[in-house]
Amino acid sequence: MRFVIALPFAWLAVFFLLPLILVLGLSFGTNAPDLAPPVELGVSFASFKLLFTDDLYLAAWLSSLRIAAVSTLGTLLLGYPMAYAIARARPSLRPLLLTLVILPFWTSFLIRVYAWMGLLSENGILNQFLRWSGLSSHPGTILGTEWAVHLGIVYAYLPFMVLPLYSSLEKLDWSLLEAASDLGARPLPAFLTVTLPLSLPGIIAGCLMVFIPAVGEFVIPDLLGGTRTLMIGKVLWDEFFTNSDWPLASAVAICLLILLVGPIVIFQRHQQRSLERT
Amino acid sequence: MTIGRARFAFTVLAFGYAFLYLPLALVILYSFNESRLVTVWAGFSTKWWVALFHNEAMLDAAWLSLRIGLASATLSTLLGLAAGYALARVPRFTGRTLFASLVVAPMVMPEVVMGISMLLLFVGSDQLLGGPERGFLTITIGHVTFSLAFVAIVVQARLADFDRTLEEAAMDLGATPWTTFRTVTLPLLMPALASGWLLAFTLSLDDLILTQFVAGAQSQTLPMRVYSSVRLGVDPQINVLATIIVAIAASALIASALLTRRSRVHSRTT
Repeated sequence: MRFVIALPFAWLAVFFLLPLILVLGLSFGTNAPDLAPPVELGVSFASFKLLFTDDLYLAAWLSSLRIAAVSTLGTLLLGYPMAYAIARARPSLRPLLLTLVILPFWTSFLIRVYAWMGLLSENGILNQFLRWSGLSSHPGTILGTEWAVHLGIVYAYLPFMVLPLYSSLEKLDWSLLEAASDLGARPLPAFLTVTLPLSLPGIIAGCLMVFIPAVGEFVIPDLLGGTRTLMIGKVLWDEFFTNSDWPLASAVAICLLILLVGPIVIFQRHQQRSLERT
Repeated sequence: MTIGRARFAFTVLAFGYAFLYLPLALVILYSFNESRLVTVWAGFSTKWWVALFHNEAMLDAAWLSLRIGLASATLSTLLGLAAGYALARVPRFTGRTLFASLVVAPMVMPEVVMGISMLLLFVGSDQLLGGPERGFLTITIGHVTFSLAFVAIVVQARLADFDRTLEEAAMDLGATPWTTFRTVTLPLLMPALASGWLLAFTLSLDDLILTQFVAGAQSQTLPMRVYSSVRLGVDPQINVLATIIVAIAASALIASALLTRRSRVHSRTT
């Protein structure tokens, strides 16, 4: 029994916990381009200071949070009605409808983001359609803007929103809704006072499952957002691979973790509680 | 009222599924396009299919990804089984809280953070121990670390709603804990392990960010290839690859749906 616990414990300690400690240590080092690896260890706050004083990094933090928040809201607005419709569909249809939501998740993430490149580019399918249908003769290009990033995130993370929403809506006692309407509540107030509060656990889980990865997203802003879209995951990547500034990249990683530690802890508590309930 | 609601549900689902599937459908359609431009239709052609199957670099990358996927899915299923079992069945041991958070943390850790931290570990061990060489081994270790969480969660959930009387009966009849585990618990866990393995395999095949950090200069996995090609713009060969991936995912899902239906019918008739 001890062995059963020790094996995964040791694995995670060595390959997950220790690396995080290394990142923390390195974030206090200084960049030394002549060395290999290009780091001089020490206790310097230069990287953190740069992160919080340079306008570029500040802008990247803010736009990451904004993009993640707006995209999460978009995913919720699209995912909630879908989850609701699936939960109220005939029971025999539900597995099929759910499978159809999950299927794209089993294909490649990269391919799904790529699909939007051909759709949104200047002579892309969307613009061709707009010109052909006469809706707009000079449509602007969406690819390379924040809108494309929003679309990409909503598209890529929609299953993560629909699944937890569905599982909390499916358990909902619909007779409560009937009671509300018998007592004279119109559909919208009944929804707002009965359905919405009861599905709150699903909303929280779904939003966190989209928001947390979206803040650190790299592929979507890189492929769809163009050079003007700043996101912190991209900054980390560029500092590491393009500028070879390992301490700065480590400091970005540490800040990202501190920023996300709140949402992550809430999510884990939530996950643990729902596991214990089942 | 009910008619209005049915129409609302239908509209919502039609719009939602169109949003999910139209982009993929167009990618598939344009894999049969004559033109190099992925956005202009110039007639039916299979030349990009031929081109992809002669693209040595892409095939090598696919082979490497497949090997890493098999190795990492198998290893993370074993470790995930142990972790899930410990979490579900051992209520008290030293460091349990730490262990429980370590198991699930990789699921929600931003991948760029995991990538940079694992690379620093491998750079450090390279300095101190002179290895391991970055490539197959380091990528596999990376993939195991994030995917074992998913297996552990599935196993833990399965064990939580598990009929423990079966295990108790086996023990009462004199089976040792190991025999009980092997002949009672493990067979009942099989569906969970299978879906955990499949999830780990898919995650491994699909991973770009962590892989890019720990791969080193020599190894290129399929997503790394696709990424470097896609960065330069749309490429019809990627459309072909996408079509193949969608076809595999769809047939795997249909097969598993048919299998569960058959086993359900089977268990109802017997």
